[in-house]
Parts: sequence; structure tokens; C-alpha cells
Amino acid sequence: MTVRIAELAMAILMGVFSLYLMYKSAELPIGWIPDEGPGGGAWPFWLSVLMLLSCIGVLVNWVRRKGPVAVSEETYIEKGVLVDVGLVALALIITVGLFKFVGVYVALPLFLIFYMRFLGNHSWKLTIFFAIAIPIVTFFFFDIALRIILPKGITEPLFYPLYKMFL
Amino acid sequence: MVEILELLVTGFAVAFQPQNLMLVIVGCTVGLFIGAMPGLGSVNGVAILLPLTFLVPPTGAVIFLAAIYYGAMYGGAISSVMLGIPGASTAVATTFDGRPLAKQGLADKALTAAAVASFVGGTISVVLFTFFAPPLAHVALVFGAPEEFALMMLAFATFIGLGGDDLYKTVFSICIGLVLSAVGLDIISGEPRLIFGNITGFLHGINFLVLAIGIYGIGEMLWTIEEHRKAGGQSMMSKATVTVKRTIGNLKEITRTWKTLLMGSTLGYFVGILPAAGATPGSLMAYGVAKQISKNPEKFGKGALDGVAAPESANNAASTGSMLPMLTLGIPGSPTTAILLGGMVIWGLEPGPRLFVDHQDFVWGLIASLYAANLFAVIINIAFIPLIIWVLKLPFTILAPLIFVLCLIGGYAPTQDLHDVWLMLLFGIVGYLMRKLDYPLAPAVLAIVLGPLAEPALRQSLLISGGKFDIFFTRPYSGPIMVTAIILLLLPAIKPLVRRLRKRG
Repeated sequence: MTVRIAELAMAILMGVFSLYLMYKSAELPIGWIPDEGPGGGAWPFWLSVLMLLSCIGVLVNWVRRKGPVAVSEETYIEKGVLVDVGLVALALIITVGLFKFVGVYVALPLFLIFYMRFLGNHSWKLTIFFAIAIPIVTFFFFDIALRIILPKGITEPLFYPLYKMFL
Repeated sequence: MVEILELLVTGFAVAFQPQNLMLVIVGCTVGLFIGAMPGLGSVNGVAILLPLTFLVPPTGAVIFLAAIYYGAMYGGAISSVMLGIPGASTAVATTFDGRPLAKQGLADKALTAAAVASFVGGTISVVLFTFFAPPLAHVALVFGAPEEFALMMLAFATFIGLGGDDLYKTVFSICIGLVLSAVGLDIISGEPRLIFGNITGFLHGINFLVLAIGIYGIGEMLWTIEEHRKAGGQSMMSKATVTVKRTIGNLKEITRTWKTLLMGSTLGYFVGILPAAGATPGSLMAYGVAKQISKNPEKFGKGALDGVAAPESANNAASTGSMLPMLTLGIPGSPTTAILLGGMVIWGLEPGPRLFVDHQDFVWGLIASLYAANLFAVIINIAFIPLIIWVLKLPFTILAPLIFVLCLIGGYAPTQDLHDVWLMLLFGIVGYLMRKLDYPLAPAVLAIVLGPLAEPALRQSLLISGGKFDIFFTRPYSGPIMVTAIILLLLPAIKPLVRRLRKRG
């Protein structure tokens, strides 16, 4: 896909999103309510209209081939970049997916091991060091010091003794 | 005048409390490293680390983040000089002459010059700040809803008029930020709105940090991964010889650039006050002016010391300048101060001129800590140049996962809802894809912070006026502000017109 095609696709996508936002905003009154001022939907509604108009503006520039992005025939995402960025993005999605089920303290080490060992080709020694050290620091900083209890999923019971000790 | 000095003294008492002093030192050090990393700048550091500040009271939190802000401005120069890659966009102009100096084996000279220039820029601008802020806040005390809204319009208008990005994409970015900030409960009627797919997670709204960490954390890192691949993973690191004797010699030479330093600091400060402008254009402008007023402009680009001094003094001065409207008017002057402003809301402070009346400890503690941060940043910077260079050599595949971990937890911390972590990932990935198409994203972050303040200001104004928009033009303060905003809004339309007229002769 060239940058030019991507520009078209993004503008259409965002235009459709603007329409959806207009529709969603209109669930609340968008007109004037006597003694109350503008209705609750007015502000997001008119902003969404502006969004739609700016998407149309981008499309007009696209048709007129105005601006560097609208004429660029370069590849939007090169294959190598797609692999590099895509793998990391996928790893992040899986990690967050795991948060709910096995908890942060299983998901984060897995993520660190994947990134450092398999994407970074670092030694197992270094990888394991970070995979253990980072969760420990995180636990004491967030769960204990800040009392922000991070999601633990099924591993929650394992933490009861730790809570008892430190909280 | 005397009163300001008295308040400043009380501020120093706050800033020099052991805990706050520690926060300044730690913040400066962390900021230096973040700024030195290619791709990451002050805004990324402040966004990613803001959740860590929930540990300390608001004054400590803002002192810590301001120190990061300063440290990052110093640090940005380091990778500009050593790698030829700007550590942050604010340090782009530093590569022009810093890199040639490094290639001549004078990296230490460039780095010392950058540190000293940053110090001078920071100090001059903080002094200006100290005496400008209280009167401005005093004027702003009489501001009502119409003035507040007019000011926000002005902030957005500067992005459109002076931002230099595609007009439509800038408008889009502002609007989407504002709409995202409207998700949740309508503050006036209390009704839920924009609850996509009836997912309950949207009921508490979208915290600005979710967007800020999404864009400046996740999105920025994905972007950097791509840049690394393009660079082939290899970059040329210059050698720096640092000895005490050389440093003293360098310092002497740098004092000769005092005119440039003075110019860069003042220019940077005033450019920094403008919302869309800030440190990057400030430093580029200072570089341009320094070249024009220089006696030997032909040396610029080949390793002129003035060419390092000008942008580095300007970008530090601009970062202070951008705090002026943030602290006095509640309108951030840069994406970084937008995040600071959002932080203030999280810490339970109401941004705006009342801060100067109701939270003197906070305001003056912050101002005094800026003096301290400057001093520590220059000392830490010069002392630890070798250490920072060593960190620059750390493989990206170690730093990147650590930053990602911080982002994931940082996205969870403010609301403690996994829903927001998912949103943050979505914003990060979509933001990355949009950035590849030249959509400016800073306006969206500014907008999501200002949205919850702009909407009630607009609705209250319209309620006062009975629905007539002329309320924004007839009041003594909001009138001129609004007219300026409209002129800025029309600027992109006027520019081609003027060009066409000129062509016709």
C-alpha cells in the first residue's frame, strides 16, 4: 500500500468515525434548552461536524494531489518495519490480554523475556535478571507504596501473604 | 516587587525541604537520561512518569516533573552532539553545529557549551518568569467564563495559524481531542454521553493520561522502532575527551558567546509563551538570528560555538516560557505543560489564576524549584557527561521493553481500569499510523486536557448571554483575545492570498 492510498483510507475511516460520533452525540439534545443553555450533545456534535469537514478537506487535497503525503508513492509500511513494529504491537496486545487472566506479574515477565531474548538477542542471564527485577520493583512501588493494586487474575491468592506483610 | 521577593523566599523554603530537593535532583537526572535518548524528549518523560508522582503531595509532584522537563532539555543536546540524532525535536538545531564540533574531536566543547547555554537560558527565563507571572495572574483574576473560553480558542488558533502542519489535519486533531474529553458524564446535565457500545468503562470518561501515554509512550516507541530499523541499528558515536583542564578552557571560550546567549534566552522565552510555538521553533529561530547577527556567519554549520549556544539557551528558556500561561491562565504553552496541567487536576488543584492566591506554596515552591533544577541540571550534566554517553550506548532492545512496561502500568494507574489500558494501546497504534501520514498529535493532547475546561466555559458564557455569541467580543478582555484568535485562524487562508497578490505585482 502506498502512502497516497493510506492517506485516502485514513481520511475515509476518520470521516466515517466522525459521522458515528455525530450520531452518538445526538443521543443527547444538541439544540438550545431554555434556561439551561446548549444541550449536552451540542458540544461533541458540532465538534464532530468540524471533524467531518476537516476529513473532507483532506480528501479534497488528496484529489487535487496537494501536499507531500497526498502525492507520495512510497510504501506506507515497509515489510521489515511491519514485522518489527507489528511484533511489538502484537506482544503488547497479548500482554494486556493476559493481565486479566494471569495477572500483571505473569504477563510482564513474559513480555520482557520475549522482547529482550527474542527480539533483542540478549543473553538469558540478562533477560532473566530484568524479568525478575522489574516485577519486584513494580510490586513495591505500585502495589505497596502507591496502593494501586495491579490486576493479578488467577494469581491473586499468591499475593495474600505479601499484602499481609507489607500493606 | 518586594512582595514578589518575599514570596520567592518562602518558595525557596519549600523547594529546599529535603524531600523536594531530592525530587529536584532525581528529576533532573532522570530527565537528562530521557532527553539524551534519541526519540524521547521532555513530553515523553513527563507523560510516562506522571503516574509515579501519585506517591508525593502535589508540590513535590510538580517539582519532580518540572525537574524532568528541565533535565530533558539539557539532555536533548547530548545525543544531538554525540550521535548526530536529536534527542528530542527541541534539540534539532543543536545538531547543526554540535555535530560538526564532535566530528572535529571537540565533542566536550559542544557539550559544555550546550550545558552552559541551557543554564543561562533557564536562569534568565526563570527570572523573567518570576516577575511576569504575578502581575499576569493578577489581571487574570477578573477573568470569567467568556475570557477563559477566548483564551482556549487562542491556544487552539495558534496551532492552526502558527503550527505549520496541514490545516485540516490540525483541526481534526484538535477536535478529536476535544470530543474524546467529552466522553463520560455530561458535567451539566449528568447524563451519560458517547458511551461507545455501551461499555461501562467509558462512563468515567477518558483520562488525558490514557491519550498522552498512548501517543507519547506507546506511539512514540513504535515510531522509534521504525527509525531504528531505517538507521540499520548502527549509528556513529563520537568520542569525547573530558578532562578538568579542557572543561575550564571550554568554559572560558563559552563566555565569549554571551551576546548570543542573551538573545537566545530572551527570544526563546517569548516564543515559548505562545501555545503552538514552544521550544522547537524557538531554538530554530534563535539559531537563525544568531547566524544573522554573527560577525562570521560562514562558520555556522561547520562548528560555530554560537550555533550551539543559541538553540540550547532558547529551548530551555522556551520551556520556562511555556509554563507562564500554564500557571497563570491555566492555558498550557506546550504539550509538556499540557500534561503538567492535567496532572494538577489529578492532584486536586484547580488550574488558573486562583492558584496564585489559594496555593501560594505550590506556585512559589514550583518557581523556586525551577531555580534549583537549573543549578542541579547543569552540575549533574557536566559532571556525568561520560556516564550519560555510556547510557546512550545501551542497546535499544533493553530500554524499549522497560519503557513499554512503564507505559502499560502508567495507563492503568490513574483510573485502575483495564479498559483504559486497552484504549491506550489503541491510541498508541492509531496515533502511530496517523503520525506516518503527518497528522499532528500534540494538538489532540492539548485538547483532551483543555476540553473539560473549555466546554463548561462555553456553555456558561452562552447561558449568561442567552445564546448570543457576541458575549465573546463585547467584554474588555475577551474581545481582543477572541479577535487575535480569529486573525490567527484566518492566517492559513490569508497567506496564499497574499502570495498570489504579490505574484501579480
